[in-house]
Amino acid sequence: MQNQENLRSLKKRKTEEFIVINILRVSGALSIITTVGIISILGVNAIPFFQEVGLKEFFTGLKWTPLFIPQNFGILPLVNGTFLVAFIAAITALVFGLGSAFYLSEYASRRVRRIIKPLLEILAGIPTVVYGYFALTFVTPVIQFFFPQTIIFNALSAGLVMGIMIIPMVCTLSEDAMNAVPMSLREAAYALGGKKYQVALRVVFPSAISGIVASFILAISRAIGETMIVSLAAGGKPALTLNPLDAIQTMTAYIVTVSQGETPQGSVEYNSIFAVGLLLFFLTFLMNIVGRFIVTKYAQNYE
Amino acid sequence: MKERFFNILFLIAVLVGLLSLLVLLIDVISDGYKHLSWDFFTNYASRKAEKSGILAPLAGTLWLISLTALFTIPIGVSTALYLEEFATDNWFTKLIKVNVANLAGVPSIIYGLLGLAFFTYTLSLGKSILAGALTMTLLVLPIVIIASQEAIRTIQPSLKDAAYALGATKWEVSKRVVIPHSIGGIMSGIILAMSRAVGETAPILIISSLVFITMVPSGPLDRFTILPLQIYTWAAFPKDDFRAIASTGIIVLLFILITMNSIAVLIRMRTQK
Repeated sequence: MQNQENLRSLKKRKTEEFIVINILRVSGALSIITTVGIISILGVNAIPFFQEVGLKEFFTGLKWTPLFIPQNFGILPLVNGTFLVAFIAAITALVFGLGSAFYLSEYASRRVRRIIKPLLEILAGIPTVVYGYFALTFVTPVIQFFFPQTIIFNALSAGLVMGIMIIPMVCTLSEDAMNAVPMSLREAAYALGGKKYQVALRVVFPSAISGIVASFILAISRAIGETMIVSLAAGGKPALTLNPLDAIQTMTAYIVTVSQGETPQGSVEYNSIFAVGLLLFFLTFLMNIVGRFIVTKYAQNYE
Repeated sequence: MKERFFNILFLIAVLVGLLSLLVLLIDVISDGYKHLSWDFFTNYASRKAEKSGILAPLAGTLWLISLTALFTIPIGVSTALYLEEFATDNWFTKLIKVNVANLAGVPSIIYGLLGLAFFTYTLSLGKSILAGALTMTLLVLPIVIIASQEAIRTIQPSLKDAAYALGATKWEVSKRVVIPHSIGGIMSGIILAMSRAVGETAPILIISSLVFITMVPSGPLDRFTILPLQIYTWAAFPKDDFRAIASTGIIVLLFILITMNSIAVLIRMRTQK
């Protein structure tokens, strides 16, 4: 009797196992479906746009005026604005993130590190809309104090604040790269009479350079996709300019502008946000892959 | 001499980050504390700044997060469990892992476009809470998966080996050993993912447009607004008194996030002992 019960339960257990593993497998597949879904849905909605506007105008046109007549759909002003802000942000994040990484990895005591690191991490947890508010109501007036002609919406304010937001990311990635540099390299330099800053700049920095480059690429990618800060602080005027004090519009901010109104589904304006989204997706996708490739390749170097 | 110089230079880099955080908090609090009152929580948005409140966005955020959690937790934990305990090391598993890492880097506004085209129009869910929650689920899933994987990975193999030695199946080991021993890490990961969802603005802005809502949603198919979206609307309004209530909204938002994050840290500390 005991045996029979065991047998029955064994069968039940095997069926249960079979059901569960398939449920779990479907969950896993969902992440792949999401990626396929993103690409196909952006593509399906962008195709009518490209049919109407043409790839040539999209990639080479110098004017982006979809909401005025005559409509122009040259993406370059949006790409210009996007990279201008992203570049300011990435430089800001690199300067302060890298400096922080040097301090935490080479100078700070363990106790100081344990206090400072979580405090810095808070910066990454603050919602982007809060940063947008900060850029608009604090940083822009400060910029206007130094450059009185600056208009309220400008690329510099958005870029600086975005850079502050990305500091923890650059700091963590750079610090990981520095920690991966073997102690023996540092000790060899110290044995030759190297000072701390010499070891940091001439031994640790060159050895960690690929990780640092990767953190810069990932920072730009993060900045390109950021939406709320630029929507609030950088303005809504697509422009071909390299002047950080100008108002610009980024790709993300354009998508927001169109979405704020109730644009009818299927109109060329509606489809245009998917075309811009598709370009945005591929740009960030490419940079993330390159960045992560460098990180993993570097990690293998010393193992 | 040079030694001191670089020490101070690197310290300044750290201080710039920390000081920015401090200035940001002071900026927000000094602008916003005046409007903080009971009325602010019980009033709807109004055309007059001093009468405006956050009842509708607060209710919308609560709805959105509850539904998002409902969808995210089972799917996220199952995926992590599958990857760590069940999957063999084949191309399908590798593809999922690479894919999850990639999805974590996709800009949030892209998820908004996906949600708008697929949930709002293709599935005809409209600009509803449900469409928003499904979109938010896809956005935060990678966070839950990665955090749960890390939590599951920290379990001592000897615990699982002991269960297998007693003849347990993989699912029984997962149910009785893996999940109970990693529940702390999984839960803190879930709370962190939800706090990310609370602060996200862009995808909901894409799906729901800017709306003037003066009602508390009564079901998942109602239109809605959320706290960060209301803050954005007020901050974008070119009037100082509306910017001031935007900062009052930010104080509430940051308070919610600090509470959630503290709970996550507490859970993690308690389960790590």
